[in-house]
Amino acid sequence: MKTRGIIVRNFSHYYGQVRSLNNINLDVYRHEILGIIGPAKSGKSTFLACLNRLNDLIPGSRVEGKIEVDGQDIYGPDVDVVALRRKLGIVFATPVPLPMTIYENVVFGLRLLGNDERRELDRIVEDSLEKAGLWNEVKDRLHTSALKLSGGQQQRLCLARVLALKPEYILLDEPTSGLDPISTMKIEESLRQLKKDYTIILVTNNTKQAARVADRTAFFLMGELVEIDETHVIFTRPMDKRTEAYLEGKFG
Amino acid sequence: MTPLERNDRLIRIGLLMIALSAISILAIITVFIFEQGTPIMFKYGLKSFLLGRDWYPTEQSFGLLPMIVGSLMVTAGALIIGVPLGLASAIFLTEFSHRRLTRILKPVIELLAGIPSVVYGFIGLMFLVPFIRENFGGPGLSVLAASIILGIMILPTVISIAIDSIRAVPDSYREGSIALGATKWQTVRLVVLPAARSGIVAGIILGMGRAIGETMAVIMVAGNAANIPDSILAPVRTLTSNIALEMAYAGGEHREALFATGVILFIIIMILNTLANVTTARQRRK
Amino acid sequence: MSLRLKLKPKTEQKIIQVILYSFTSIAVLVLVFILVVILKNGLPQLSLEFLTRNPVDMGREGGILSTIVATIFLTLIALLVATPLGVGTAIFLTEYTTESWITRVIRFGAECLAGIPSIIFGLFGFILFVNKLKFGWSMLSGGLTLAFMVLPTIIRTSEEAIKAVPEAYRLVSFSLGSTRWQMVTRVVLPSALPGIVTGIILSVGRSIGETAAVIFTAGSALRLPTSVFSSARTMSVHFYIMAKEGISMPKAYGTAAVLVISILLINVTTYYLMEKYIRRKK
Repeated sequence: MKTRGIIVRNFSHYYGQVRSLNNINLDVYRHEILGIIGPAKSGKSTFLACLNRLNDLIPGSRVEGKIEVDGQDIYGPDVDVVALRRKLGIVFATPVPLPMTIYENVVFGLRLLGNDERRELDRIVEDSLEKAGLWNEVKDRLHTSALKLSGGQQQRLCLARVLALKPEYILLDEPTSGLDPISTMKIEESLRQLKKDYTIILVTNNTKQAARVADRTAFFLMGELVEIDETHVIFTRPMDKRTEAYLEGKFG
Repeated sequence: MTPLERNDRLIRIGLLMIALSAISILAIITVFIFEQGTPIMFKYGLKSFLLGRDWYPTEQSFGLLPMIVGSLMVTAGALIIGVPLGLASAIFLTEFSHRRLTRILKPVIELLAGIPSVVYGFIGLMFLVPFIRENFGGPGLSVLAASIILGIMILPTVISIAIDSIRAVPDSYREGSIALGATKWQTVRLVVLPAARSGIVAGIILGMGRAIGETMAVIMVAGNAANIPDSILAPVRTLTSNIALEMAYAGGEHREALFATGVILFIIIMILNTLANVTTARQRRK
Repeated sequence: MSLRLKLKPKTEQKIIQVILYSFTSIAVLVLVFILVVILKNGLPQLSLEFLTRNPVDMGREGGILSTIVATIFLTLIALLVATPLGVGTAIFLTEYTTESWITRVIRFGAECLAGIPSIIFGLFGFILFVNKLKFGWSMLSGGLTLAFMVLPTIIRTSEEAIKAVPEAYRLVSFSLGSTRWQMVTRVVLPSALPGIVTGIILSVGRSIGETAAVIFTAGSALRLPTSVFSSARTMSVHFYIMAKEGISMPKAYGTAAVLVISILLINVTTYYLMEKYIRRKK
């Protein structure tokens, strides 16, 4: 049974006078992996930022239309933005471990809530790192600097850091764009496992990645949603000429 | 508004209050100095303050001209000594010396910027003043002594800012000039220095501000006679020394006259600050 | 420029190089000379006794303990006041506002304050703290005056340090559900700490060396200060008075040596911190 988690209706976004997203309409179902593909500057990353209101931080950012998450209008007047960002955790393209230990990185968000219960934190750290597929590699050096990890490990740490917050949704913004094939494979494997408990939106500039892991795929172009459908439909029988052209590598 | 947003707004207002502290302190200082110093200037006339040659504060004679001239003379002297030495050092250390030498000398020079002014004054008193007295005549405590000490004091400032602005000139400028057959010095004179000019000027103005505002070192070597000096070997009193020398025992109108001295000093410094701001702003815009 | 001799460029270059070389030598030698003289005459005066006894007979005999204590406490008061103000200002400028007329006014204030001569601070402190607020000549008056004097330094260095913190850290912190204040205290300030500390140490150096602003606000009592309302004489003031009045040149040299060594140590520490900090950033 498919339940709708996120509902986007007539949604547009502007940086100052420039429109970066134009009249987006889509739904995200619970426990699916939604892939978003499209060339650079097509609005994919902006769309992710709008979902947990990180776009608020950019001066001149403005939105029209509506986004509902679990029935709540997230641009409504009484929204607790901080709680919203916990509910929709995000992993960025470049892994950015904070300049502290591996352990402290994972529990950063929990400590913000005033959770300093050592035993519980230990448990969450192990659990989150396990889910992100990093536990075995770092369990002996949790209290060393996170900056010393390799790029792939850092990205999995960033994923673990998000998981520690027990979010409902995980937003991934080209999470493997800077990684080697083996690290990419590990992250994709984690995502397939995570689908059971979370809803995942995966922005990627690698169409093959969407084909490998996404249940449904959306194609963005120049701020517009061109089409969205089951992944195998998008990749085999796209409705739109532009989708076909992009997938064939004619532009992008 | 959620509680978190309200909290954030409160913190922002608190920080704004703190951030306004610097400008408030500046305002309070200005108000206090002017409040204490200007009434007496208007009572006896601005002209008698600025152009009067006689400073007998216990007999209602408050001519500040000797001190204004004195401050300008020693500051000019400091620049005549400090700027060529400082600039030459900066050019040498950036363009002509071994990189390793520069790496050692630049920090050494910057460390010396921290030596307290009283120490400079003391060295001047012990070595420079007797040297001038024995070799050039006069009391030794003089315009010359004050200029040399101030010139040395501003050296670290001038050198380190000049080095920074010369280093900021892109290497491509130098390569272009050398490729056209210019010698190293021609490159420096015709390409590097003009490009670094406003930074160098800002450094000189900063040094000038330091020289005109310096007090203790000047008192120790300048002789402090409240007359317009007739030669560079004659003693001199600056605006700053005038305040420091008499503040401890001055009362009534005498004290107000010292604040009036402060007002004039303050105005001169503000003009210099504005000049420095304008030049650095121009540098930044480039 | 029109009178310039017509020289071959190569010859001109040679001559200029000699001139530059000699000017640089003069500048460096003079500065080093000052250091050598102070250390050569001052170091023989130093002993445990000199550092641990109070001055006797106006400083002709005894040590400089009370002036060391006064210097330390005055500097502490100055920093306790100036650090929160300076760091708070820097946080506001970098994290809580965008460039506007307010930030320009704040920066203008700080820059002007940095240019005001210390004697003016002395005059101001004398009128406000000593007279109007009736703190008298005291460590409190002196400390507050110094705080105002070093405030611009702390603002500038803290602002630079905070700006050097990568933007991505802020984004990550927000994305993990932090408020702006949590982001500042848990991510930005810890990363900017070395730079902020550098500014504070620089201010310590300036406070220790200052004379003009202190002598009219903290006074020049030679007793060991007992409270913040005690008048006190710092090392710099003590050195100034001994040298100016010719009380005791050996003791003056000794004081100067302590003064110069502490400031050099402080500056070397700062330099080391900055180097390390900058290298780590790159």
